[in-house]
Amino acid sequence: MSHSPIAPPRPRSPNIQIYRPQLTSVLSIANRISGGILAIAGIGLVAWLVAVADGPQAYSAAQSALASPVGRIVLFAVTFAFFLHLCGGIRHLAWDAGYGFELRAIYASGWAVVAASIVLTLAAWIAPLFVTW
Amino acid sequence: MLSRQMRSPFERAAGLGSAKEGVEHWWRERVTAVALLPLTLWFIVSIVMHSGSDYAAFVAWLKMPLATCMMILLLIALFYHAALGLQVIIEDYVHSAIKIPALVLMRLSCFGLVAAGILAVLRIVFGH
Repeated sequence: MSHSPIAPPRPRSPNIQIYRPQLTSVLSIANRISGGILAIAGIGLVAWLVAVADGPQAYSAAQSALASPVGRIVLFAVTFAFFLHLCGGIRHLAWDAGYGFELRAIYASGWAVVAASIVLTLAAWIAPLFVTW
Repeated sequence: MLSRQMRSPFERAAGLGSAKEGVEHWWRERVTAVALLPLTLWFIVSIVMHSGSDYAAFVAWLKMPLATCMMILLLIALFYHAALGLQVIIEDYVHSAIKIPALVLMRLSCFGLVAAGILAVLRIVFGH
């Protein structure tokens, strides 16, 4: 792109550095970031399946890696990213169907996404404690 | 086909700018998202139910035809959806000469991961 010497470069918008963070914009970028995290987590899913296919030794190595402190933190973050992307995605599908465009509805659904993501993430991590195998 | 109905007559007639394949991409992103709703929820619930189970129990679970089918479908829908999303991210932020190589590498990686994942599932189900 070449700019003429007289006219300054056109401003780009939205300029994320000077924009005041709002629930709407934060959730928008969070949906993209969580999607990226989940794509990387997909590599982990395949690696985990390959470990299972390789046999009990590789499986237990993978399980102990996931059970390590770092593994648990990563897994917890991925769980939150998943539920954030899931709830945000459902919100998007509702918008696509033409629902929830009023400002009040947008903020209500936005906070619902935040709350549901936190609750579901905690539920997914608490539920295994009650599973008797 | 459905996406064709969602285009305005002008867009179809013009065939210019955004009146190309954007609707198709948008529509596929939605279809794979809807597919991922039951698939990922099934996966999460299954993992929660199997937390603490040993190797044999896990393999026995994945050998059930429904679980095998769901896992393969999950891999396909997951990486299809991921490829569509990552494509938009690359197109939004990469404007240099590596944009096209990055897109190709990303798309091929998604194909490779699906193949590796499905092969692993089949090895688990038929190999032991």
